Amino acid sequence: MSRLELALQHGLSQREYETICASLQREPNELELGLFSLNWSEHCSYKSSKRFLKLLPTAGKRVLQGPGENAGVLELENDWCVAFKVESHNHPSAVEPFNGAATGVGGIIRDILSMGARPIALLDSLRFGDLTPQPPSRRGKGECLTPPRFGEGPGERSRQLFTGVVAGISHYGNCVGVPTVGGDVSFDDAYTDNCLVNVMCVGLLKRSQLKRAIAHGVGNKILLVGARTGRDGIHGATFASEDLVGETEAKRPNVQVGDPFTAKSLIEATLEVCQFPELIGLQDLGAGGLSTAPAEMAARGNVGIAIDIEEIPLRDPTMTPYEILLSESQERMVLCVKAGSEQKFLQIYRKWGLEATVIGEVIAERVYRIRHESRTIAEVPISLLVGGVPEPDLSPIPSPKEGGESPLPLREGGTGVRWGGAGGEVGGKNGRSWREALKQLLHSPTIGSKRWVYEQYDHTVQTNTVIGPGAHDAALLRVKGERFGIAVTMGGNGRYCQIDPYEGGARAVCEAVHNLLSVGAEPIGITDCLNFANPTDPEVLWSFEQTIRGMADAARALELPFVSGNVSFYNQSETRKIYPTPIVGMVGLLKDIELRVPMGFQGEGDLIYLIGKLSGKVGGSEYLKVFYGDIGGELERTDLELERQLVTVMLALAERRLLHSAHDVSEGGLLVALAEKSFARGLGARLELDDLSEEYLFGEWPSRFVVTVAPEREDALKELLDEAGVPYQRVGIVAGDALELGGDGVSVTELRRAYETALEL
Amino acid sequence: MRAAVVVFPGSNCDHDTYYVLKDLLGIETDLLWYRETNLERYDLIVLPGGFSYGDYLRAGAIARFAPVVQALPEYIERGRGIVLGICNGFQILTEAGLLPGALTKNISQRFICKTVKLRVENNATPLTHLFRYGEIIELPIAHGEGRYIAPRETLERLKRNRQILLTYYEENPNGSVENIAAITDETGTVFGMMPHPERNSERLFGTGDGLRLFQGVMQGPAGTPLP
Repeated sequence: MSRLELALQHGLSQREYETICASLQREPNELELGLFSLNWSEHCSYKSSKRFLKLLPTAGKRVLQGPGENAGVLELENDWCVAFKVESHNHPSAVEPFNGAATGVGGIIRDILSMGARPIALLDSLRFGDLTPQPPSRRGKGECLTPPRFGEGPGERSRQLFTGVVAGISHYGNCVGVPTVGGDVSFDDAYTDNCLVNVMCVGLLKRSQLKRAIAHGVGNKILLVGARTGRDGIHGATFASEDLVGETEAKRPNVQVGDPFTAKSLIEATLEVCQFPELIGLQDLGAGGLSTAPAEMAARGNVGIAIDIEEIPLRDPTMTPYEILLSESQERMVLCVKAGSEQKFLQIYRKWGLEATVIGEVIAERVYRIRHESRTIAEVPISLLVGGVPEPDLSPIPSPKEGGESPLPLREGGTGVRWGGAGGEVGGKNGRSWREALKQLLHSPTIGSKRWVYEQYDHTVQTNTVIGPGAHDAALLRVKGERFGIAVTMGGNGRYCQIDPYEGGARAVCEAVHNLLSVGAEPIGITDCLNFANPTDPEVLWSFEQTIRGMADAARALELPFVSGNVSFYNQSETRKIYPTPIVGMVGLLKDIELRVPMGFQGEGDLIYLIGKLSGKVGGSEYLKVFYGDIGGELERTDLELERQLVTVMLALAERRLLHSAHDVSEGGLLVALAEKSFARGLGARLELDDLSEEYLFGEWPSRFVVTVAPEREDALKELLDEAGVPYQRVGIVAGDALELGGDGVSVTELRRAYETALEL
Repeated sequence: MRAAVVVFPGSNCDHDTYYVLKDLLGIETDLLWYRETNLERYDLIVLPGGFSYGDYLRAGAIARFAPVVQALPEYIERGRGIVLGICNGFQILTEAGLLPGALTKNISQRFICKTVKLRVENNATPLTHLFRYGEIIELPIAHGEGRYIAPRETLERLKRNRQILLTYYEENPNGSVENIAAITDETGTVFGMMPHPERNSERLFGTGDGLRLFQGVMQGPAGTPLP
């Protein structure tokens, strides 16, 4: 086989191979090809995405560390800082759900640890195929569908992936002692072949503890700590940079195996050595293992690194240098420490029963040099290896004219109705009452209770979880000894992006903002994971650019920086592409934890107000999907000026303690939001709505909150909203134990039963 | 009074328990590395929750061989102080034979994390004397292996000696026999419980019931303060 063929087999393009040869002025050997294949993979290099990622705003007054490190860091109060990032583990999870998801958790935890922060919370956004896809025969054109009962139909693969992923997250997250406090799960056919597993980790540190993934100081030592190096996960990053086609079973060896027990010891030992002033920098060995991490550290410090490969502790002594360098064995980190101080570092790790070895040193020549028994077996310039990859020649399709239809295919076999005009009144021509519609929606796996999922996650360990999963739009953590709290949320709706990627991107940001505001917290920064199909497809690239533009515009309008993120391309199979799915993780600061606002109705007699945009369309809603099998309709563009006003006014309302409860209106629309508010205490409501149309009751247009206020504070609430110029409307009063509307009613118990049994596996 | 919270590799509730004892109750408390065998200074030894040694093989099966656990029988025999195993700590104590019975996989076969209601079955112990007999309290659970089982004779003995301290109330989350959530040994100085009192020791997290349990130990059996 020629060297070029070998390069192509490594996933490098011919152009990339030629660039390497031209720069080295020789052909690379096989080991060097291995180094390039990982460093230049899409997963590690962001070569197709970086020119678009530049569109995202990254500056802000609280930003201590923006993109480019293992995680972003924002300043909170009293010298406390928060480090956070989201990472995908989609491909491994689609092949081996348990270990794929588990190691996804492990990887992001070590990213946070690399900043010198203690991991304090995890969140997961998961996407799977419909657990019970509707049989095609029932998807008649224009016909109203009866959703199948849960448990009917196929969806077995999705079910296996779902249960496997949840078990993997549970196994790893619980053992490692970091609470899983939030996230979201939704189901759609688009994710049948490629499930999405995005994990976000949040860490807490004092400003002075901030660490970087850097190496410098010629002669300083490079330490490898944690687990031994084995054969697992070889070429993991390259595997994540291809479509998922053919016999995925054969990709099993590409999936790493996690060991949360070792990870837990690694956290404790690393936090101990972070106190040592001789620690220069540290980095997690994630995608690419030893082929990427030391090179990245050297690049940041403008130095070179030499590694002695025989020093690396192995699980199997017969491993070749190629296997050793490309292994993605989990629970390993690389440290750069001052020469002469290595013993005290080694001691701490050994106390915790971990491997710790000096494997190399910082050198002046800016190369990554691999030595085997003093002989150089690979050597490449750092600048070429890290960031030297030529940008692929890809261009998105031209955008359709303003107001033109999205070029992305919408679901076939839907009603075909472009849902623009007035729909049927509920209880009218389609014969379905709002009660039944509401119950069905609450029972859909995407909207229904995720208790089955989050009860498998330890969400109370570390004793900081004030608001945990399932209780509110965002989770809330206290910081021991401080007044302030940290609110966190994570989510994103791919269906919106399939219909209109720009608007979908904007909504992903705005909805995260709403989630934090509902708790009473001020949004301060974003991390994102962009999950897309193959970027060489111009349509996919177009949706990628549009999504980013939507996110960027929303973030800019709300003055929110992106401080970290991740891109996952190639989420497609021979037959299916995922929806463009931006997942937004966001952190909020609640100045005083006693000012937190609950989600549910608190007391009878409280008045219910709708705040924000008071009318809109039903396009893109879960309602259309459940009852019409339709992924489509028109998405109204978010009014970013209104969003700005909502941020100001919601914070003011919370600060003045005017809100007895708050909840954003999102998936499922207004009635679903009201029902969710009724579950906390079993309190119902008498609703005073004039409009009983499907649009009004179940539309998912943006920029809305449902809040409650004590009757004696009603005037103060209205005054504040008037001053801010934010529209509002009284929609009812908290009363009894049923939701009543238009002379009809349904008990909270009945609604809750539908909601709670949506995911019973 | 002086307390120790044992740290095994894989413990993950050590800091939480330490926080309650030290910061909330002001008890002099040490984090005690698992290799320590001199327990003489301590009036209370807590084996905290977590996944000691990854719970490989079986929860607690490896930790029982840790030096600190090997030193416990002598400590107990001499009646030096109180030993409290929470969650993983309870599992370690049963594995070590310091408490009767065994903790097996939840009947659902899944890990479960939620707040549960518990009934106080015996309030005449150092751990529970600040509760009323029959009082219903709330504490979080978080475990995959919390289903308490024991041979019939053992159960009879537990009941006869009033060694059952807490039982799950209304809902049995893991399939434990007799709804058992917490027990003590025949000396009344060794305690094991699956629920996590340290996770509900502040009103911020609910009723704060867990704190009274630690306060009980602090005040001694009949309200007499321990040295």
